[in-house]
Amino acid sequence: MSILSIENLHANVGETEILRGINLKIEPGEVHAVMGPNGSGKSTLSYVLAGRDGYCVTDGSVEFKDIDLLELEADERANEGVFLAFQYPVEVPGVTGMTFLREAYNSRLRYEGKEEADAMEFLKLVRSKAKDLNMSDDMLKRPVNVGFSGGEKKRNEILQMAVLEPKLAILDETDSGLDIDALKLVADGVNALRTNERSMLIITHYQRLLDYIKPDHVHVLARGQIQRSGGKELALELEANGYAGFDGKG
Amino acid sequence: MSIDANTADRVKELEVDKYKYGFVTDIEMETAPKGLNEDIIRFISAKKEEPDWLLEWRLKAYRHWLTMDEPDWAKVGYDKIDYQDLHYYAAPKNIDRPKSLDEVDPELLNTYEKLGIPLKEQELLSGVVAVDAVFDSVSVATTYKAKLTEMGVIFCSISEAVREYPELVKKYIGSVVPYSDNYFATLNSAVFTDGSFVYVPKGLRCPMELSTYFRINAENTGQFERTLIIADDGAYVSYLEGCTAPQRDENQLHAAVVELVTLDNAEIKYSTVQNWYPGDENGKGGIYNFVTKRGACRGENSKISWTQVETGSAVTWKYPSCILQGDNSIGEFYSVAITNNAQQADTGTKMIHLGKNTRSTVISKGISAGRADNTYRGLVKILPRAEGARNFTQCDSLLIGNKCGAHTVPYIESRNPSARVEHEATTSKISEDQMFYCMQRGLSSEAAVSLIVNGFCKEVMKELPMEFAVEAQKLIGISLEGSVG
Ligand SMILES: Nc1ncnc2c1ncn2[C@@H]1O[C@H](COP(=O)(O)OP(=O)(O)OP(=O)(O)O)[C@@H](O)[C@H]1O
Ligand SMILES: [Mg+2]
Repeated sequence: MSILSIENLHANVGETEILRGINLKIEPGEVHAVMGPNGSGKSTLSYVLAGRDGYCVTDGSVEFKDIDLLELEADERANEGVFLAFQYPVEVPGVTGMTFLREAYNSRLRYEGKEEADAMEFLKLVRSKAKDLNMSDDMLKRPVNVGFSGGEKKRNEILQMAVLEPKLAILDETDSGLDIDALKLVADGVNALRTNERSMLIITHYQRLLDYIKPDHVHVLARGQIQRSGGKELALELEANGYAGFDGKG
Repeated sequence: MSIDANTADRVKELEVDKYKYGFVTDIEMETAPKGLNEDIIRFISAKKEEPDWLLEWRLKAYRHWLTMDEPDWAKVGYDKIDYQDLHYYAAPKNIDRPKSLDEVDPELLNTYEKLGIPLKEQELLSGVVAVDAVFDSVSVATTYKAKLTEMGVIFCSISEAVREYPELVKKYIGSVVPYSDNYFATLNSAVFTDGSFVYVPKGLRCPMELSTYFRINAENTGQFERTLIIADDGAYVSYLEGCTAPQRDENQLHAAVVELVTLDNAEIKYSTVQNWYPGDENGKGGIYNFVTKRGACRGENSKISWTQVETGSAVTWKYPSCILQGDNSIGEFYSVAITNNAQQADTGTKMIHLGKNTRSTVISKGISAGRADNTYRGLVKILPRAEGARNFTQCDSLLIGNKCGAHTVPYIESRNPSARVEHEATTSKISEDQMFYCMQRGLSSEAAVSLIVNGFCKEVMKELPMEFAVEAQKLIGISLEGSVG
């Protein structure tokens, strides 16, 4: 059974059709990279998968494990194991990262009909996850993303992902804005979270990230469709030639 | 103490439901006939075995009230109250002055238990809170009396204080809120039935939180409590007030008066979690909460701090204030006011700077949802003698949905050129980005709203004592239920 199976997905934002027939299959444990020019619909794809309001699916289907993902609300999708690392993580003033994360963690436990986590146990869990990622949990004492540097925001997303242990992680330009050390840290973190079951969809503009996180497949998204798919070498080709040929004129 | 991870955890454990305090206690009541006249006032005063001076004071207030008009300047609308159609005295039978908790009707103890306020002393939060419970017109029980008395703290019902400590009551009652102050306070002065009295002696930091729980139970009964708290030189006390009422179709009137007095170097911290029945989605029923709360910092370096979380009532009209008389005295007002459905709140504070170098801080967080209206009305007044006075006011409004309203009405009067007054105001909405971010992490839309709103209120919530913070966080979630579609 595939983790994710997208067929002929069409979606509108407002009146405009942004996704124009996407087909994509992801198997358990696979890492797929999606590259493509600005405005090609990469973030839109991630939002449609995560169930954001205002993104209207007009055709096609998305199966996640064996469920019809499009039937579920955003929170249900998250609780089923879809995680989105945001391109622009959102500030939640007055709410500490720890509180936020515990709310998230407990939501999932409740969804699964389980007991909520004990506060101390949860704290321990977070500490150990942070340690595995070589990160400090200090930022969890601050309000979520408020006043965080770009790099801190991205690291925070990865830490949340580590704690929430999703089945499918979508990383939307998690590498953008990171300096080289932070990039390695984040990539190591992501690699540490790779398992035989967990699948990832990594949206990026830079093949550099893929030097650290080796993808099983690379796709080029342009004009709302996957124009080409291939292995790691496709990323190198794009790096050399750019998106010429995918810009709608080719 | 601040709200941290653990608090939020405890909050989640508590069950979240609609207005769970909406039950009615079936108990035999002694009720005065409906209507308001001098005889009723004499009846109340006689019931309470009051001295003549107090009866005279009540009558003076009543005669003055007859000459007054109900105020209409607040941004609230409600049906005219028929003051002759109310009972002004209702008391559970057989509880005339219980000597100990054993003498209190078990049905009443049950009621408080259901409210989460066990009155058996050993069950109270590990001895850190002493409670005075007011049921309709009378105080039914005060816990930890012996322990407090030993330290010299007087904590009892105001009726008892009138009997046992008449000089103290006579000296301070009406000294902060005069009988002629305003329509509702004047009415209260005429007919107040019970409330709490606290006196903390010189130099004592009261080690327990003192707490009063008000419960309106009887039908068609106005509740008029009067609370008087005095912190003598160098004393400190933290006082908590909680309120609930049953769910009823008709509106019930609540017009309380609270007076606080701090002498030199004294401090009073007064916290309220107001959760009177707000009425149903269509605005039927609910409490009219018309309250006058005022503190006088009489002494130098004294401090009065009001913290309120207002989630209940159909209509709230309330401006806890500080009169900063003593030099270097400090007034603070931290407020969260939430209105949902058809609720209306017009609330804020008055900071009156009289003494030199007096300082005041106002942090107000208004949240409106549904068709509700929420108004912050604040007055900062600096008098000529208040050399070096400072005020900082911050008013933030959060709107949920687009049918609700938020209004900020600041009045600033400065008559001393050395004074500094700052006012900041913001209005925001819960953003779609924030909602999606929370929901993408698994939170339901209601949990997301509750979390975001709690974050918005954080600066105020952290001022609440721990025991109340948990309750208040939970209330915020409950009162916003159904506010997102
Ligand atoms: N809320 C919106 N309203 C109108 N247009 C939108 C909205 N969101 C996205 N779009 C449009 O949809 C198109 C795809 O945007 P999207 O954010 O998915 O691109 P992207 O591939 O992620 O680009 P980038 O590489 O710059 O992040 C763009 O033309 C964008 O302007
Ligand atoms: Mg994007």
